[in-house]
Amino acid sequence: MRNALLAGVAAAALLTAIAPSFAQEEKQGGSMIVTYKDDVSTLDPAIGYDWQNWSMIKSLFDGLMDYEPGTSTLKPDLAESYTISPDGLTYTFVLHKGVKFHNGREMTAEDVKYSLDRVTNPVTQSPGAGFFGSIDGFAAMADGTATSLSGVTVVDPYTVQIKLSRPDATFLHVVALNFASVVPKEAVDEFGADFGKHPVGTGAFSLAEWTLGQKLVFKRNPDYWKPGVPKLDEIDFEVGQDPTVALLRLQKGEVDIPGDGIPPAQFLQVKDDPTYAPLIIEGGQLQTGYITLNVHTPPLDNVDVRKAINMAINKDRIVQIVNGRAIVANQPLPPSMPGYAPDYKGYVYDVEGAKALLAKAGLPDGFTTELYVYNTDPNPRIAQAIQQDLSAIGITAEIKSLAQANVIEAGGNGSAPMIWSGGMGWIADFPDPSNFYGPILGCAGAAEGGWNWSKYCNEDLDAKATAADSITDPAKKTEREQAWRDIYLAIMDDAPWVPVFNEQRFTIRSENMGGPDALFVDPVHVPVNYDYVFAKNVQ
Amino acid sequence: MSELIAPSAAPRRPTRAGTVIRRLLRRPLAVTGLVIIAIVVIAAVFAPWVAPYDPGEQFFDGLTLEGAPLPPNGAFLFGTDLLGRDLLSRLIFGAQTSLVIGVVANGIAVFIGALVGIVAGYFRGWIGTILMRFTDLMMSFPALLLAIVLAAIFKPSLWIVAMVIAMVNWVQVARVIYTETRSLAERDFIEAERSLGASSARILWSHILPHLVSTIVVWATLGISTTVLLEATLSFLGIGVQPPTASWGNIIFENQTYFASAPWLVFIPGAAIILLALAFNFLGDALRDILDPTQQGRSA
Amino acid sequence: MTAYIARRFGQALLILVGISLVTFVLLYLVPADPARQIAGRSATAETVENIRNQLGLNLPFYEQYGRYVAALARGDLGRSYLQKTQVSELIASRLPASLLLMAGAIVCELLIGLTMGLVAALRRGTWVDSSLMVVSFVGVSAPQFVIGILLLYVFAVQLGWFPIGGYGTFRHLVLPALTLGILGSGWYARMMRSSMLDVLRQDYIRTAHAKGLKGWKVLFGHAVPNAILPIIAMIGIDIGMFMSGIVVVEAVFGWPGIGQLAWQAIQRIDIPIIMGVTLVSACAIVIGNLVADLVAPLIDPRIKLR
Repeated sequence: MRNALLAGVAAAALLTAIAPSFAQEEKQGGSMIVTYKDDVSTLDPAIGYDWQNWSMIKSLFDGLMDYEPGTSTLKPDLAESYTISPDGLTYTFVLHKGVKFHNGREMTAEDVKYSLDRVTNPVTQSPGAGFFGSIDGFAAMADGTATSLSGVTVVDPYTVQIKLSRPDATFLHVVALNFASVVPKEAVDEFGADFGKHPVGTGAFSLAEWTLGQKLVFKRNPDYWKPGVPKLDEIDFEVGQDPTVALLRLQKGEVDIPGDGIPPAQFLQVKDDPTYAPLIIEGGQLQTGYITLNVHTPPLDNVDVRKAINMAINKDRIVQIVNGRAIVANQPLPPSMPGYAPDYKGYVYDVEGAKALLAKAGLPDGFTTELYVYNTDPNPRIAQAIQQDLSAIGITAEIKSLAQANVIEAGGNGSAPMIWSGGMGWIADFPDPSNFYGPILGCAGAAEGGWNWSKYCNEDLDAKATAADSITDPAKKTEREQAWRDIYLAIMDDAPWVPVFNEQRFTIRSENMGGPDALFVDPVHVPVNYDYVFAKNVQ
Repeated sequence: MSELIAPSAAPRRPTRAGTVIRRLLRRPLAVTGLVIIAIVVIAAVFAPWVAPYDPGEQFFDGLTLEGAPLPPNGAFLFGTDLLGRDLLSRLIFGAQTSLVIGVVANGIAVFIGALVGIVAGYFRGWIGTILMRFTDLMMSFPALLLAIVLAAIFKPSLWIVAMVIAMVNWVQVARVIYTETRSLAERDFIEAERSLGASSARILWSHILPHLVSTIVVWATLGISTTVLLEATLSFLGIGVQPPTASWGNIIFENQTYFASAPWLVFIPGAAIILLALAFNFLGDALRDILDPTQQGRSA
Repeated sequence: MTAYIARRFGQALLILVGISLVTFVLLYLVPADPARQIAGRSATAETVENIRNQLGLNLPFYEQYGRYVAALARGDLGRSYLQKTQVSELIASRLPASLLLMAGAIVCELLIGLTMGLVAALRRGTWVDSSLMVVSFVGVSAPQFVIGILLLYVFAVQLGWFPIGGYGTFRHLVLPALTLGILGSGWYARMMRSSMLDVLRQDYIRTAHAKGLKGWKVLFGHAVPNAILPIIAMIGIDIGMFMSGIVVVEAVFGWPGIGQLAWQAIQRIDIPIIMGVTLVSACAIVIGNLVADLVAPLIDPRIKLR
């Protein structure tokens, strides 16, 4: 998950799974300017986990695996090839030869091992450490009894072997995460805690200049191991700028990509303007906005009450309130995620039916509860729409609109009966259905402080989830998807969530930026794929 | 505007309050101020009867198909907001919150500030030092952080946010009043009074305070605008009125980025705040002129 | 004078200790766990606990505060939880911009505000006075975002006289300083007006007039300097306000000041940054008020420092 601070601009997956063709060779050169409102915190791939730095890190570093540009199709990256043992427990990666770090040294299997040791070492405080839980020896790292993963071995300088303690169908996605990026030990040692300010990777760009709180400059890595990549010579990131102003600057030709997207207040105006409409590219996003219903808080502990709430929400109206920048959802997974159930109807908006269910639960006159919400626009507005829908069936929901930290705390300790997830919601880390389960719907996340804010824990489904993730044979892909589909539909029977909508992503870019549309709504690189977009003025 | 009215000699002195009110009513600006204040108070008190609609009702036809708010029209005199609610009704109900904040909380803050400033400025010494260093401390006080803490501990309410505003907003008044009092206290006529054996209380009440009235009026009236807006910021962090309750401040705060596409959402509540503050200013100015001792018997 | 300043600095130290203690107590009371935010969603309870231990968040309050003060005494403000950077480095990178904007804003406030106040006082009771009063109230009541974007749109986008936000040259400073100047000038205008009216009524001004001094000489030689006394106190107040309180204007103009840093840190409970910013702005407030108190006797010699 990355916290999209502006939910209105958050964004995306791909509706077309077709890999765009990059056969035509665009000339390298030119530059672009990207703006963000919030400062870039760190460029350390083991730590960076927010809206701004996620794709910046992707351009500075590489991992063993990656995705085809503009798609969510896995492909080997620093690994030239990989093999998986028949039991699904041993992964062997053969590395590309001659890949150099920005400091000129060649990257080897030792670096891969070092990077995985580093990210799983608690001293690093990586928010992504938990993803590597299936690697053999992870537990010893987590409790501090080991400083090296016993499951990761260097076979030779160009071969690394990773042993898992349990089958993990998502493992290739895990090593494609930023957290698994390969970093050089000597640079980490040199800069210590400031490595995030002096990143050294193997990526398409290197950091040339960083003026804190103002500007970062990325320069093309001339020795990049992928020929013809990246297209641009330079990217300037300007931070601290309001999205409204970024849009004005785009209109003046001073900005190429407003990183926070089109602000809600300008959206309709820009969308309906014939000059700018062609510059907007719309895509889906691996994101779901939902209401959590705490299954331990009476009367929400009654499944009929939760179903009634599901039926009471007028999701079309909420989509209208966000100016149509989302599509109505009826299940946890977004439509572009494998495992999505296209035929599932969900709980249809039905006020009378909802009232009947409440009456059946013994609450014909409704009840009073609280709805927590993160205080940035448009979330309080959405909460008020939910509040009005609930009052129509007799439920009085008092809104608590708070700073992000307060909401997360109330969700984690279970004191919040209902939470609208907007602005803190789940954007998938990788395009796999399991990513929507564990921390936010599974038993692991339901513990004190966990991110499963409904505190829903179904042991039976947990077992099924583990079973589904043990299906590692690529030939059984559809079987695994079906298993996940069943899990999510079973969850909906218990109704711990009200899935409300899936955000759509709208990227606006200057006329000078070229490349297939898919690159501008890349499901993995948000807002755009920095490595492959090109400047038209140098063609 | 005022000098000509002030009588150069008052032959009889009927009840003081009666005189003040009568003199007040002779000033057109003061009357205008009173009328505006009366309108706002009546709207706030009788909101449920005065407002055309329920302020929380999100009308189905209050938004365009694309979800944009409606500009002022026949059905919604001041237009609708981003949720399709009637802006006029929200302003009328919001007057309750804004009066409590702008008049009560701000009034308390100005009172505390003036008291601290006068005492510290007149007595100086260790009392003054302690009071003014405490003022410095409070000026550095992270009010927003306090808001976040209180938001998590208490049930959000108007009175908590009013308390926070009264607690943090007196410091500026105290600084300014302190500086002025310090200077006044050293003036010759105060020395003269002292040597004649006047008590401190008498000097403060009859000679220092009247000179400070105009400053107090400035801070009290301008403070109405700023505290009404401050309420919105603090409520945003969770301690004040929570949605869907309206206040003039939160209407502006929530909609300010929409000022180009939906100007009515910013400029109408803005005008309401300015009018209220101006009304109090008219009234304050008039009262000062009437009560000012240096004006008595002069028509300069 | 020297003794007075020395005493004030001693008191300043007490204020800083006081404010750091108060802020620390508040942060201790905030029911939000920074470790959980650092650890992210996939973290196990064990990881969160581990981070809490590393940051010392499990220690008793007095020990946490003691550690902080001990580090502070060594000049170490700590490392931001979420930015992963030394707080001193973050503040140092933004302090010049904040100070510059503060200076620019105060100059604009004084230029606009004092002129308006002076004119209003001299034209008391006329339509000029009334219009200036309305203008003052509009300025004070206007939302920062609206004024900022309007100025930006007219003078930068349409007329192209100034850059559309950014930091670096004098031209970058004009619009944000002007925005703050417009917003704050109402206070100065009203104060200047009332202060001038008070001074103009004083006997020594009448005496000066009676002595046959020219109008403008009386005005600028005697009246204005005396009227300016409360204004000095207001500048002291503004210094504190502008140190860490300008959030919206900074965002609109892409100005890299401390305000945005503080605002984000408060919302995400980034304790080291909140502490650092609070202390720095407390220093600015203490210094600002001290200077105001020192300048006052220079303007009004009757005031004695004691």
